[in-house]
Amino acid sequence: MPAFPKKLLWVLLALAFLVPLLRPLFPDVVSDYRLFLVSTMIIASIAVLGLNLLTGFNGQISLGHGAFYAVGAYTAAVLMDHLSMPYWATLPVAAMVCFIVGYLFGLPALKLEGHYLALATFALALAVPQILKYRWLEGLTGGVQGIVLNKPEVPFGLPLSEDQWLYYYCLIIMVVLYWAAANMLNSRSGRAMMAIRDQYMAADTMGIDTALYKTVTFGISAAYTGIAGALSASAIAFVAPDSFNIFLSIKFLIGLVVGGVGSLAGSVVGGIFYVLVDNSAQALSMFVKNDLGLQFDLSAYTVFGILLIALMYLMPMGIVGGVYLAWRKLRG
Amino acid sequence: MKTNRRTFVGGMSAAAVLSGSRVAFAQKKYDDGATDKEIKIGHTNPYSGPASSYGVIGKAEEAYWKSVNDRGGINGRMVKFITLDDGYSPPKTVELVRQLVEQEKVLSLFNTLGTPTNTAIHKYMNQKKVPHLFLATGASKWGKPKEFPWTMGYQPDYHTEAVIYAKHVLANVKDPKIAVLMQNDDYGKDYWEGFKEGLGKDANKVVKHVTYEVTDPTVDSQVIQMKDSGANVFFNISIPKFAAQSMRKAAEIGWRPAQYLNNVSGQVTTTMKPAGFDNVQGVITAAWLKDPTDKQWADDAEMKTWREWMAKYNPNGNVGDVNYVYAYSVSFLMEQTLKKCGDNLTRANLMRQAASHQKLRVPLLLPGITVSTSPTDFYPVQAVQLQRFKGETWELFGNVLAAEST
Repeated sequence: MPAFPKKLLWVLLALAFLVPLLRPLFPDVVSDYRLFLVSTMIIASIAVLGLNLLTGFNGQISLGHGAFYAVGAYTAAVLMDHLSMPYWATLPVAAMVCFIVGYLFGLPALKLEGHYLALATFALALAVPQILKYRWLEGLTGGVQGIVLNKPEVPFGLPLSEDQWLYYYCLIIMVVLYWAAANMLNSRSGRAMMAIRDQYMAADTMGIDTALYKTVTFGISAAYTGIAGALSASAIAFVAPDSFNIFLSIKFLIGLVVGGVGSLAGSVVGGIFYVLVDNSAQALSMFVKNDLGLQFDLSAYTVFGILLIALMYLMPMGIVGGVYLAWRKLRG
Repeated sequence: MKTNRRTFVGGMSAAAVLSGSRVAFAQKKYDDGATDKEIKIGHTNPYSGPASSYGVIGKAEEAYWKSVNDRGGINGRMVKFITLDDGYSPPKTVELVRQLVEQEKVLSLFNTLGTPTNTAIHKYMNQKKVPHLFLATGASKWGKPKEFPWTMGYQPDYHTEAVIYAKHVLANVKDPKIAVLMQNDDYGKDYWEGFKEGLGKDANKVVKHVTYEVTDPTVDSQVIQMKDSGANVFFNISIPKFAAQSMRKAAEIGWRPAQYLNNVSGQVTTTMKPAGFDNVQGVITAAWLKDPTDKQWADDAEMKTWREWMAKYNPNGNVGDVNYVYAYSVSFLMEQTLKKCGDNLTRANLMRQAASHQKLRVPLLLPGITVSTSPTDFYPVQAVQLQRFKGETWELFGNVLAAEST
């Protein structure tokens, strides 16, 4: 997949930082609710990026990244709730915890490949909500009741609303994480990761420590997704086992495939896609029923599914891949 | 008796009209979500995901507001009821409720479903000062006007109900040895905590406490464990599928304890019939709603009105599903509350009206149960009545028990 044009990247970044400042001028367009929605998109794209590092760049399939997301969210929540840690300090801890959990899970996963690994991670995603409810952990996790938190407060007396601050907080974290991921992929280690994906045997023969790279990639991927989870705990200000059901993992995978497997920009598109389409699917099914007056009682998931099938048919390489191909056709 | 109450209510409403005439000249007052023509109400409900069986509540409420609009609306205003699917996922609920409050600008939320989902928006609603009314959850934390003046529950909470069972066990069973079957989630825990509280110093009378997950296929082994413990009382905290299974299994293996069944599973067709009528004679439960599948209400006037409404507005709905009864009753209460607001459709006034119902008769509640609220009492329905299964129907006994929740 091609690198993202640098100029465009800077323009987009500048827009991302400046547009929310227009809130006092256009309160209806740049509303708190929309900023919150974009924050959830950013959080989703960080999680998808984590999955992309593992699946897209290292070739290991995971159906269970919701589990790491949950671990990250709960780590942050427990630290804030029990130790009164400030929200920003929980991020590195959540990343560390998830790295360790991911690394440890990566060890037995070495023995499993392809579909078998996918199933093992699937089991992990199913198990985590149950573990969170476990009797001995209840004192820590609040059991089924979950933990109620406070939203991040605006620091240094900045003239921002809570949601504006949350947006900038998520955006800065995302930029840092993307910069780190791009650098890593551009290094010797990144090339080793991709070599393992493309030709496992050849990589092994060339002297790459495949076991080490695979487990460490698992750990890093889990850490990225865990950070997303920790951010979501701050943004939603509540965690409960019901927040992390199996659909969450599936949604990350949908975001990944739709955005573009093995593309950093694809992760952002994927994250935006699943929040946006999930919401508009419901609006669309209501529109069909109420405004068009058609008596189809389409559920939002039906609409979502139809959109997904159409998209995969038109752009089998994901949105970023599809746009790139179209652009090349136009040029050439 | 009936005529008396009716004349009383008639007198009251006449008085209300007279005293209200002064208000009629007062200026109309609106907050977001209310105009001369329309009142906007928001709602979230799981139409997809693990709890989607509750989806019918949202559908029934949509139908109810349609019937209200067909009758001419509320004081001439049409109700716009916006219901969204949160899939029982708290982060999704937060997102949708923010959409309802900040984009759609609804006057109030109504009957949002689920304990974790409502917990996620509890603080937000009170910060935004938007009414968060008549929640569809039996948890006991929705009636705290001091900390959360914008949130009010609806149904009797599980905690209180369990206290009533515990008291009944202690008063009626000689030398009780109690076995408890519990669904391992927030709903099960609420009952369990209440039950322990009701037993008080007799909590050691519980000789066996077993749990199941909602995803389990059967509870057979749990029932066998309970029998082996030698218990003579069985407190059953389970949803209809497992309630039927466990009562059937108990009879099959010859365990005949005194049985207490939670209200969640109190319906005849979904629980008692599949369990086998022979196996469930004498089972005790607490009720507050009329069960549409119970023959004793076959000719009941309120039930007849409800059936007509079902036929007209929910032609495909299952008339044996108590969720439709539930939705009808809670929507009626919301309609009355909005009506009482008159032309003062501000959020503060809506909360004031919600907190000033006096012995309001809400259709389909059991006879003798009414809705009363006050600025310090945010529990609309608090009373239940015990009933015992006999033949093919429930038989009410004893008094209506009104218990103040802790």
